[in-house]
Amino acid sequence: MKRKISLRINGKPYTDEVEPRLLLIHYLREVAGLTGPHIGCETSICGACTVMLQGRAVKSCTMFAVQADGREIVTIEGLAANGALDPVQQAFWNEHGLQCGFCTPGMIMATKQLLQDNPSPTDLEIRHGLEGNLCRCTGYQHIVNAVKAAAGKAGA
Amino acid sequence: MQAFEYANPSTLQEAVALLAPQRGQTDVLAGGTDLISLMKDYIHTPKRLVNIKNIQELEGIRASAGGLRIGALVTMDELARNAEVRASYKALADAAAGIPSPQIRHMGTVGGDLCQRPRCWYFRGGFGLLATDNGKPLVPDGENHYHAIFGGGPAYFVSASSLGPALVAMGARVKLVSAKGSREVAVKSFFVAPKDENTREIVLRPDEILSEILVPAPAVHSATYEVRQKEALDWPLAAASVALTMKGSVVAGAKVVMGHVAPIPWEAAAAEKALAGKTITAASAEAAGKAAVEDAQPLSRNAYKVQLASVAVKRALLEAVKGKA
Ligand SMILES: Cc1cc2nc3c(=O)[nH]c(=O)nc-3n(C[C@H](O)[C@H](O)[C@H](O)COP(=O)(O)OP(=O)(O)OC[C@H]3O[C@@H](n4cnc5c(N)ncnc54)[C@H](O)[C@@H]3O)c2cc1C
Ligand code: FES
Ligand code: FES
Repeated sequence: MKRKISLRINGKPYTDEVEPRLLLIHYLREVAGLTGPHIGCETSICGACTVMLQGRAVKSCTMFAVQADGREIVTIEGLAANGALDPVQQAFWNEHGLQCGFCTPGMIMATKQLLQDNPSPTDLEIRHGLEGNLCRCTGYQHIVNAVKAAAGKAGA
Repeated sequence: MQAFEYANPSTLQEAVALLAPQRGQTDVLAGGTDLISLMKDYIHTPKRLVNIKNIQELEGIRASAGGLRIGALVTMDELARNAEVRASYKALADAAAGIPSPQIRHMGTVGGDLCQRPRCWYFRGGFGLLATDNGKPLVPDGENHYHAIFGGGPAYFVSASSLGPALVAMGARVKLVSAKGSREVAVKSFFVAPKDENTREIVLRPDEILSEILVPAPAVHSATYEVRQKEALDWPLAAASVALTMKGSVVAGAKVVMGHVAPIPWEAAAAEKALAGKTITAASAEAAGKAAVEDAQPLSRNAYKVQLASVAVKRALLEAVKGKA
């Protein structure tokens, strides 16, 4: 039996009837039309599906859409304001923090979380903060550089 | 994934009324980080899920002179960051902080950590808790790299919970609530090494909800040390939680509990005995580590875990007294 859910995504209200077994990532991509969060592994390993739930980074492939009822979600689409990239997005661009770009939405959401908790992380803290995110292109060094650049901006 | 009915109660009383006494009918849903994976693989196929995340009374950490009360819905992240827990219940804070990745710490709850199912790949592949095929046990001659080195079967999986050993070391209890009433169980007796396929690895009944964890006033020094393969998104290979009561600089009482080495958090009585009356030094910690693994029974491919467990005990002890007179 379908259930009605009402939630806010990137500040906008959404109300839909969903099957309880629908995963949040499938709801975001197929119902809400937000294809920024990616599906890599669907087993809570790769982090490509990372979104903010109540301001905390979570993996939307290991969560039901019904669990987001009444909650606030932010996806990668919610970061750029008025056509201007978010400082973390800009830093990934400037520092070549991506190759194919598949992991990038998740990396950026995890970075937002990391910098929110720890505005000036060390290299080791960056690598720990991103341990839930895999880059199949293995461009980790540029990703760490991008996070450091974004941290510099945030502190400036 | 099989379809299911979704219930979303807002009180504990309503929630327990929705749970069936027979196994396999209903499941409790907290963060979902383990249960959803089990459902995707058809290891759990509940007819009804009871979401407990909207039950206010299961939230919150409360510290008092008598100890700590941790609501079942407290996340690993909240536990790891809590100032009181970090200051006075370090073994527990260490264990929570060790859960890999911010995403899992944000979503995973303490109740879910204690009730998570074993990660044994035979179990996850549908061969049951005792991992048998037509009555033949698969683990002793199989892919047993990550399996138990204590206990001697017939269950060879390792208890997956990182909080379990820390809570056993601290003498904690859990409160289990059903429609018929509630009971308190020592965390030590919450975990079970099943002897048959019909017994679960925890004493929680299908119609019960774990509502809170109760930790008595802390031992003076405690710590958890985990050995992990690289720093990857995986469970520890071996871990140890220790809690020490001191008389001056001498150990008056020690609890040493190893994790991820047996179907239950494994108490190292020999190590505890070896420490009594000693000061913690590199030598006494190493001796305790050796004593802890004296009666290990490794399988064909996991003898390496014996050394890791021994080192985990040594390092947890040294960590517990680090910077303290
Ligand atoms: C990649 C990865 C790595 C991990 N590494 C570790 C690790 O190193 N150490 C570790 O300890 N854990 C580890 N975990 C496991 C993680 O800690 C658990 O999945 C999490 O704590 C479960 O909490 P949850 O709220 O999501 O539980 P759920 O998935 O909602 O539930 C898990 C089980 O517990 C039951 N349950 C949950 N809450 C209650 C309750 N209050 N009363 C009764 N039953 C309940 C559910 O019915 C279900 O059977 C890891 C998980 C992943 C995905
Ligand atoms: S798709 Fe969610 S973690 Fe990989
Ligand atoms: S840039 Fe290709 S997966 Fe990370």
